[in-house]
Amino acid sequence: MASEKNVSNKEPLVHISKRDTISFGKAWGIRLLAVVFSLIVCALVIFALTKLNPMEVYHSIVDGAVGTERRLWVTIRDTMVLLCIAIGLTPAFKMRFWNIGAEGQILVGGAASAAVMIYCGESLAPGLLLLVMFLAGMAAGLIWGLIPAIFKAFLNTNETLFTLMMNYVAMQIVTFCIVFWENPKGSNTVGIINARSKAGWLPALGDLTYGWNVIIVLTITVLMYVYLKYSKQGYEIAVVGESENTALYAGISVKKVIMRTMAISGAICGIAGFVIVSGASHTISTSTAGGRGFTAIIVAWMSKFNAFAMILVSFLLVFMEKGSVQIASQFNLNENASEVITGIILFFLIGCEFFINYRVEFRKKQKEAK
Amino acid sequence: MMILQQPLYKFKKGGLVVTEVNAIELKGITKRFGSVVANDNVDLSVRKGEILSVLGENGSGKTTLMNMISGIYFPDEGQIFVNGEEVTICSPKDSFELGIGMIHQHFKLVEVLTAAENIILGLPGKSTLNMKKVVEDIEKVTETYGFELDPNQKIYDMSVSQKQTVEIVKMLYRGADILILDEPTAVLTPQETEKLFTVLRNMKKAGKSIIIITHKLHEVLSLSDRVSVLRKGEYVGTVETKDATAESLTEMMVGEKIDLNIQRPDPVNPTKRLMVKDLNCISKEGVKTLSNVSLEAYGGEILGIAGIAGSGQKELLESIAGLQPTESGSILYLTKDGEEKELLSMKPAEIKNLGIALSFVPEDRLGMGLVGSMGMTGNMMLRGYNEGRGIFTNRKEPKELAERIIDQLQVSTPSVSTPVSRLSGGNVQKVLVGREISAEPTVLMVAYPVRGLDINSSLTIYDLLNEQKKNGVAVLCVGEDLDVLLELCDRILVLCGGKVSGIVDARTTSKEEIGLLMTKEEEEHA
Repeated sequence: MASEKNVSNKEPLVHISKRDTISFGKAWGIRLLAVVFSLIVCALVIFALTKLNPMEVYHSIVDGAVGTERRLWVTIRDTMVLLCIAIGLTPAFKMRFWNIGAEGQILVGGAASAAVMIYCGESLAPGLLLLVMFLAGMAAGLIWGLIPAIFKAFLNTNETLFTLMMNYVAMQIVTFCIVFWENPKGSNTVGIINARSKAGWLPALGDLTYGWNVIIVLTITVLMYVYLKYSKQGYEIAVVGESENTALYAGISVKKVIMRTMAISGAICGIAGFVIVSGASHTISTSTAGGRGFTAIIVAWMSKFNAFAMILVSFLLVFMEKGSVQIASQFNLNENASEVITGIILFFLIGCEFFINYRVEFRKKQKEAK
Repeated sequence: MMILQQPLYKFKKGGLVVTEVNAIELKGITKRFGSVVANDNVDLSVRKGEILSVLGENGSGKTTLMNMISGIYFPDEGQIFVNGEEVTICSPKDSFELGIGMIHQHFKLVEVLTAAENIILGLPGKSTLNMKKVVEDIEKVTETYGFELDPNQKIYDMSVSQKQTVEIVKMLYRGADILILDEPTAVLTPQETEKLFTVLRNMKKAGKSIIIITHKLHEVLSLSDRVSVLRKGEYVGTVETKDATAESLTEMMVGEKIDLNIQRPDPVNPTKRLMVKDLNCISKEGVKTLSNVSLEAYGGEILGIAGIAGSGQKELLESIAGLQPTESGSILYLTKDGEEKELLSMKPAEIKNLGIALSFVPEDRLGMGLVGSMGMTGNMMLRGYNEGRGIFTNRKEPKELAERIIDQLQVSTPSVSTPVSRLSGGNVQKVLVGREISAEPTVLMVAYPVRGLDINSSLTIYDLLNEQKKNGVAVLCVGEDLDVLLELCDRILVLCGGKVSGIVDARTTSKEEIGLLMTKEEEEHA
């Protein structure tokens, strides 16, 4: 019961209320501010831990990511892969189908492309070979995405566990394939495929080293944006994601939409596998996906499924990753040091979403406003 | 000071005679959200041991005001007195320490715990729990006020009404003296409402103060001692309930005289449109929800469907709409040329492909009828997005339709792209009904069309239904308010335990007769 006596009618110090809308500029202003703050905090942390000049470390990160033309292209190449996966996840997530099986879908896609590369590398014309590899990667990813969707649609299995487990199955399949494809024998790795003939390697586009990677991924990005925003199927995905009852009411076949959407999602992740094998690593191993199937989940969520924001977020993550390798070697630091930096930046970026969704008012400020 | 010029002021005078300290007194409370003034200089007082109704249309600031008493919002201006002392309420905890308990529309309970566990959740105490003692104490509370509650029952096993009981008992157990109930009857059946009112009256006798927010005038008149009215965030006045009538309260609420009578034009040459024969339905859990239901619906009339909640109303409408798996029976649709078409176990899309315009306003508006996160345009597309060639959607026509509905039904929304989940209940319903009517249906089924709506919005919906009736549409209306069904419908079908217990002429029947039919089954068993 009330026993304390309040002398004056004081307001609480901080007020938090949900914003209805926020202007585009203001939202990005807050995000920019978050980056600035995070860099300041990082600087303090760097200095406290290593006594290095933070500016030098930052310079080294930039240098590592985009310092030379070669490094810039590698950064772009990896950005494209990450973007491609995030784009693949988007339709599934919009449907509230928690596809955390991108790793597996990339792996089988990559393995299928590698298989075509190995077995048909000599016999098919270069252009045709690439096309077949592309289609094989896509088809494999499609099947890998479709399997959990079928179970979800007909037996209502939990897609999160199912897609996750499919990742391990995919890894085992790749391990099994390596037995047949290992080169040189006994190395237990596939090695660079067609190292001499370069058959099935995505060529450079004129002067642009990874031009084709960029074109393939950006085309998919634009198509996905249009598909989700303007197509009837995109509309169906949004309705199913919101409520299956509403979908039923609208005459949408929920089963069909789940399977179709996951097929698309898996197929795009499969294409990412193709882009990795044909356009970057030219080999296949169980670490071909390298956790990017999970990182892409962060990319998709941070961008709020906005295809164009994904480009920025993927670039940021890859940029930091490349920079970290550089500072690790240049300053003899552990690579984890840069992960600390990435962590701090992500913390601020995700944390600033709070200030975009909510308005925080301080007592003083409010009084002044009166 | 507009209030002073209105005759209503004379009622307010009565409330100014203060004989003892008020339980709660608000003075000059103002709350703004950005540029919107939700409460403008509101005064309100609750005496000890009384039931005060707070009345107002949707968006008049009732809930905002209550949220300031319960510590969810903080007022920009004004003072709050509890038991005569000025207090500051910064958080729900502060409010609770002052003995104020609020029961929200959406319950805040942990489903997997029992009632007793929920009641003591978060309370300070020793490290060991004596559940037996807790249960005994709870039972003392329930006995005192006449609640029906098993403290050991799990929340997920409970009906909405039982969950509400848990919430109220929770507040009483924790020693609340002032209870605020936000639209407690919106989710209850008439019988459950009566039970709730009995308990509330007992609590009043025990000296508790109760504030109840509601839209239903007859509840206000039968339950409360005084009524305070808000209109567009402003305090209009307080009257003694015994001096008030439904008409006078409506006038205070709306600001002008409103004809509360519902129109009922005579049906013009009704033609048979829908024939349901021996329809049987079994739920996923294997329970029979409909057994041998037969009915005929005519174009040009409104067929009311009455019954205690869960008597098969939902299943009946959903079976006809193709949303519910059926067991056996037949649902025949008669076209204008007298052709018969079987709709049983057809999907909504298949019914549509037959060229039958069947519109359905489901009970769960945002969970079935609309997509909450989409704007009005997106929601207008829901029924017809698949029409037209090509793989892309056409957004131009839906947008025009949305604008037309905003215009004709006076939907208040910032824009056609504002997510409909952000709109108030009345506006959401207008959007849904507007869309369903725009499809020019021959059969229109509506479930609880005015649930949670204020008087003006309700009257708008009744007018819309009548307009459809005049256009020769067969209207099926499931309702919970028997008074409304009796005034609005031509015939009333009464469901009881999944069976049709009677079909009566609404013009000649009485509330008692329907009430008896609603519980026919139980009487037979007894």
